[in-house]
Amino acid sequence: MAAIIELENISKHYSPTIIGVDKVSLAVEDGEFVTLLGPSGCGKSTLLRMIGGFEEPTAGTIRLADKDVTWDPPYKREVNMVFQDYALFPHMTVGQNVAYGLKTMKVAKSEIATHVRDALTLVGLYDKVDQRPQQLSGGQRQRIALARAIVRKPKVLLLDEPLSALDAKLREQMQLELKHLHEKVGITFIMVTHDQGEALVMSDRVVVMEKGRIAQQGKPQDLYDHPASPYVANFIGTTNFLPGQMAATGAGLVSIEIGAGTISALPDVALPKGGVVTVGFRPEKARLLAEGETAENILEGKIAEVIYYGLGLRVAVELANGERVSVDSLLPDRLARSAVPVVGAPARVAVEPHNVFVFEGSVAP
Amino acid sequence: MANRNPNLLSRYGADTAFMTFVAALMAFLYVPIWVLIAFSFNSSRSLTWPLSGFTFEWYEKLWNNGDLLTAIGNSFYVASGATVLTLIVGVPAALALHKFHFPGKVIFRRMILLPITLPGIVTGISMLNMFRLFGFQLSLETVILGHATALLGVVVTQVFARLQRLPKSLEEAAFDLGAGPWRSFIDITLPNIRSAIIGAGLLSFVLSFDEIPVTFFLTGRDNTLPMYIYSTLRRGVTPEINAVGSIIVLMSLVLIIVSVIATRDRNK
Repeated sequence: MAAIIELENISKHYSPTIIGVDKVSLAVEDGEFVTLLGPSGCGKSTLLRMIGGFEEPTAGTIRLADKDVTWDPPYKREVNMVFQDYALFPHMTVGQNVAYGLKTMKVAKSEIATHVRDALTLVGLYDKVDQRPQQLSGGQRQRIALARAIVRKPKVLLLDEPLSALDAKLREQMQLELKHLHEKVGITFIMVTHDQGEALVMSDRVVVMEKGRIAQQGKPQDLYDHPASPYVANFIGTTNFLPGQMAATGAGLVSIEIGAGTISALPDVALPKGGVVTVGFRPEKARLLAEGETAENILEGKIAEVIYYGLGLRVAVELANGERVSVDSLLPDRLARSAVPVVGAPARVAVEPHNVFVFEGSVAP
Repeated sequence: MANRNPNLLSRYGADTAFMTFVAALMAFLYVPIWVLIAFSFNSSRSLTWPLSGFTFEWYEKLWNNGDLLTAIGNSFYVASGATVLTLIVGVPAALALHKFHFPGKVIFRRMILLPITLPGIVTGISMLNMFRLFGFQLSLETVILGHATALLGVVVTQVFARLQRLPKSLEEAAFDLGAGPWRSFIDITLPNIRSAIIGAGLLSFVLSFDEIPVTFFLTGRDNTLPMYIYSTLRRGVTPEINAVGSIIVLMSLVLIIVSVIATRDRNK
């Protein structure tokens, strides 16, 4: 597959000190679903708006299907956008909204009607064709905005936080719907979000951004299981961080001194002996040991807090050196029928070496 | 009374007091107008109670009063001209204020609003001086220029406020869907500020129609309706004037209905 969008060293500097996007290079394959993920102010929306043509980069090149479009205005790009507030035209009906992008393309009237019907049928709202956007619910407006964008058959569909205005339940449902829509229409999707769950569920590839640069990109499972930095580990999912020092290195398995004991790990990269590192592991990949049970990596401490969140328990354990780590345990039984740890009781946390991240330096976020 | 709920009583009292206040306010606003209309149909020439009988005489007289009809015509001409002129200048000015950032923008905005706050006499005298200086003949056209200047702020404020409330993403969406700047203005921006433009236009028309101070300084030999009424009033209030007043009330009513229909938000 060929790259449909190529960004080459794209920068947006508002002033020498205020930098929106800094030398970002990214290639998006035809038909891919790519998500730009990051906290607000990381430059993800600016990057998307530059692809759409709403902002101009201060340096770099944007190519759409091998054509340089860096300086093309939005109305000359075969790219369409779903806006965060949907931006449906309030003085037009749903049908007129969807038809507008075809009218500007000078599509024949008879054909417009067919395309509008197909697009609205695709999102399941053809019965609303004569209503005004204000009469529809948030989820319905979202779908109309989608229909209006894909009816033009763009080479790339841009989605700017498309689900952020919806309530939680609807958001979950729309995540799957968007994913299925992407599979059905085969158009390349580039979405911006600050919701890591959304990014993991929907995308083929997630691009995590930090201060205008790409921190890491990859498949959702690669980012989750092999974060390249504490920043990524912290932004996607939850991670316990502990400062440490490389005690012994070997082929594969290494041990790290963390103050409250040592921990073995299988790091992705080789690290020098004696080096300062940060150890990380995910709460759901650690467990509390029963009495007498043994395991490879054991951290001893006492229970500091127990939080019930429906699906399970998140237990905070205070280690001997005062550091706190969280451990998740699912509740297969109702709470009343489960053994719930008691605050203050001694506890032992176990985490398998292959579940331990090791990052160079003491840069725990 | 002894076994009544005291809270109920005080609430009832408060409601009554409030309703009385509203009724008094409405009376204060509208009784004079009803009196005016009543006397315009009164057969006696003197404006004293009680009414003596019903007549259309004053309306007939009005119809045959050439000066008055000319004055009405002049007023229409001035108000229409001033409205069109302020809209032609004011709408693009509001768009420029909304769209572009340029040095001195804030000052520009204040300067456009200034004529609203200036007393009409000041605007009138200063424009009179300017026209004299440039050797303009005073006429209804100079009145139109004066009114348009004084009313520009009304149009710019209203249209600018509407533009500020319009989400920026609407225009971007139009661009995104293939419409160039001109087309997106016609198709998307204009329909969404249409009611503000009509509203500002109607308001300008009404304000210009009964304007006296600026007109007083800038008109030549022609008189507008308020000027004519003012000059005849020196001989006392005549039933004819009441008839003119009633007609103006009726026209205002029509104008209000038109504006409500035209500016109704179809979006709701």
